[in-house]
Amino acid sequence: MNIEALIASSIDGLMLGFVFGLMAMGLTLIFGVMKVINLGHGPFIVMGMFAILVMSQLGINPYLGLVIVVLLGLLTGIVVYFVAVHRVINAPELTTLLATFSVNMILIGALTIIFSTSPRGLDLELPSFRTGAITVLGTRFVAVLVAVGVTIALYSFLYRTRTGKSIRAVANNRGAAELMGINSSWILALSFGIGTLLAMISGGLLATLFSFTVLSGGGLEVKSFVIVVLGGLGNPTGALFGGIIIGLLESITTIFIPVSWVPVFEFVVFVLILLFRPNGLFGAR
Amino acid sequence: MSTTNSVILTIENVSKRFGGLLALDKVNLSVKEGEIFGIIGPNGAGKTTLFNVINGVYPPTEGRVKFRGEDVTGLQPFDMSKRGLARTFQVVRPLSELTVRENVTVGACFGREHLPLEKAEKVADEVLEYVGLAERKEMLASKLNVAQKKRLEMARALAARPILLLLDEVLAGLNPHEVADMLGVVRKIRDQGITILMIEHLMHAVMNLSDRVFVLDYGAQIAEGTPQEVSNHPKVIEAYLGDPKVAQRFLEGAA
Amino acid sequence: MKTLSSPFIWIILVVVGGASLLPILTNSVSLREDMFLMLMLVILASSINIIMGYTGYVSFGHIVFFGLGGYLAFFLMKEFQVQFMLAALVGGAGASLIAFFIGIPVLRLRGAYFALATIGINEAFRSFFTNFDLFGGAVGMFFNFSVYDAYGGAKNAGQLAYYAMVVLALVTIGTSFVIKKSKFGLGLMAIREDQDASMVLGIDPARLKVLTYTISAFFPAVAGALFFFKNGLIEPGPAFELHRSIEALVMVMLGGYGTVTGPIVGAVVYERLRGFLITDPTLSNAHLVIAGVLLLLIVLFVTAGVIGWVRQRVPALRRYLE
Ligand SMILES: Nc1ncnc2c1ncn2[C@@H]1O[C@H](COP(=O)(O)OP(=O)(O)OP(=O)(O)O)[C@@H](O)[C@H]1O
Ligand SMILES: [Mg+2]
Repeated sequence: MNIEALIASSIDGLMLGFVFGLMAMGLTLIFGVMKVINLGHGPFIVMGMFAILVMSQLGINPYLGLVIVVLLGLLTGIVVYFVAVHRVINAPELTTLLATFSVNMILIGALTIIFSTSPRGLDLELPSFRTGAITVLGTRFVAVLVAVGVTIALYSFLYRTRTGKSIRAVANNRGAAELMGINSSWILALSFGIGTLLAMISGGLLATLFSFTVLSGGGLEVKSFVIVVLGGLGNPTGALFGGIIIGLLESITTIFIPVSWVPVFEFVVFVLILLFRPNGLFGAR
Repeated sequence: MSTTNSVILTIENVSKRFGGLLALDKVNLSVKEGEIFGIIGPNGAGKTTLFNVINGVYPPTEGRVKFRGEDVTGLQPFDMSKRGLARTFQVVRPLSELTVRENVTVGACFGREHLPLEKAEKVADEVLEYVGLAERKEMLASKLNVAQKKRLEMARALAARPILLLLDEVLAGLNPHEVADMLGVVRKIRDQGITILMIEHLMHAVMNLSDRVFVLDYGAQIAEGTPQEVSNHPKVIEAYLGDPKVAQRFLEGAA
Repeated sequence: MKTLSSPFIWIILVVVGGASLLPILTNSVSLREDMFLMLMLVILASSINIIMGYTGYVSFGHIVFFGLGGYLAFFLMKEFQVQFMLAALVGGAGASLIAFFIGIPVLRLRGAYFALATIGINEAFRSFFTNFDLFGGAVGMFFNFSVYDAYGGAKNAGQLAYYAMVVLALVTIGTSFVIKKSKFGLGLMAIREDQDASMVLGIDPARLKVLTYTISAFFPAVAGALFFFKNGLIEPGPAFELHRSIEALVMVMLGGYGTVTGPIVGAVVYERLRGFLITDPTLSNAHLVIAGVLLLLIVLFVTAGVIGWVRQRVPALRRYLE
């Protein structure tokens, strides 16, 4: 086994893992706070991709564009929450699954009308670092920095600010939080907004790394499910680690087994974790 | 009711631990056929937990449960149901989107006699008549008020044709009129020969109805005997004095 | 049996059976193709309704059984020249067997966890079949034309597959009704409403659920076998298409969750609507958006679905609209 190749794929996978982790964090945050599995997650990721695409076509630097994506994501999430989720927030799971699925249909439909389903890509050139067989692409490096930055920002928000603490209180026990005078509707909407903006930022970052289409969201959404379950449903830190595990797994295993077997392995592990470690790899049993 | 009552349920040294909390601490009791056996104790004493252990919702941490001579420790709730045990829930649990009649039919279908559907429906109708819910049988269970839901709990348990019936605070939340009605129902059930184990906070009711009373406090049994004996027991008075309101009610009930 | 003396189920069966005769009477191949698809969706939605509507378990990835049945049968027909109806039944039985073994562990999960697990199972099988060379791997399998010779040519085979699909749809609807009206069905609904309470009432949920899952896997599997027999080609993508599963769920919700008629009405309305939107030149681009908006409106405002809504509004009709 070529040790350099192994290191190279590990670094690659690790970097990609941070972005995956960020992507899954949005899904897991929404689930943690309101017990909703957001089937609109995929289209949100795609919206992030296309937002960056449009901005770069307008001549805005993609990384600068991410700041706008944050606002756009927050706004989109809050609007979607009030339009599609709020009315059924206490209904059985199936109802919220279908409500968010209809959001998925609407968004994918609208994006298809605007952008068609042909493949897109940004042409973004950043210098890369190279030593021997190991190459670190500049775009990946920046993506990791952004992902880490956003994660730190999220955690400071959740643990340091009053609003963040309210979000955690609502996640813990909505009834009790309401008794303490927290306006849970706004907190839920805000959480949905944050979940959405995380999905959109990760989409924006992925757009700087790969080519994409309007339909890229489907696969990424399922991947987010896997990551979220790996890290424990509702646990953002777990999602980050889950993302890193999946990133590493996808790059390292390809050295040993054909790429096409990787998803088989992934999904079997996914089901097994649900069965035997439903709180995730790191969660309490 | 026979006079040479044999023991129907025995709890031997049963403890139940939830993490660091000892909810039941080496409890022993035996219930005789045909009696009404009252269980009292302050909030959080472990009464409901005792029911949950008896009917298999969770296994005891240690100790044994014997029902009609058979060791039933650790059996599942549905196994206990087949053996003739039925219960009501302290916090009512109607099958909301089913009608009242369907709720009760479930009890009859899967209870001790495992009746086929059509027979079960007949039993359901009888039982609904008995507890006074007959006019509401086509309503969805979720549409009933609290008192009616309590009756529904009772009807569902009765439809199973149990040998032993566990009643968990069936009087709580009822107004005096409804309490009187419910007490009548409980007596009628006993007169059918069904043994009753009941948890109750309403002292005058327990004291009037029960043949024997058992007192739990912090998971431990502190007294057992006839209502008269128990209400004079110093430990019982002490336990309830921790809670002045209940103590007063208790003393009123005993008087 | 009292259940089968209900006029309701016979009316439904006659209506569905009658509608299925239309393409044959009018001798219209395109109508037959539409109807074939429609019946398949009715089967899929009704089966999902048995596990989801009656029992309360949202089987998101139910399409996995469609794919499994399709693959098993296709393999038998292609490699061993097994007669297609026999192959379809074997495919159905095989999928049921798999459902049984998957169901034992997976049905212990509740709510969102179960829903996610079924997605995982479907994706696991899809990616496995993509790699499984015996079944053709990523490119799948296709028939030589000679396979259809045994049935008097491809055209005749299509006709036969259609008849089989009609019968399967009627059997599925009948089964759904018998379950709903039986003691077994009552137990399922008790599990749906409150699993823990149902155990105290004497129900063994694990047994009932696994049995239900096994039954609800059979019909989609046979449908998959018939579909791919007629298609002449099977690939992992179309066989395990998660999106189709979710659409079937939507149909159940649209028509009315937990009712016998709901999935039928839902499947017909959804498919008609989509057909209309796709063929209309001005709407075709927006069809996904329009369908999404309609679904959202239904989910938000008509939670019980069409049939549920009618049942709530007109109690007198309840006895005739199960
Ligand atoms: N499933 C459980 N997990 C952890 N702790 C539990 C559980 N069930 C009960 N407890 C705890 O065990 C103790 C006894 O509870 P239990 O419900 O048996 O009391 P109780 O006597 O029925 O009280 P009440 O009169 O309020 O109904 C309480 O402290 C309760 O919080
Ligand atoms: Mg209690």
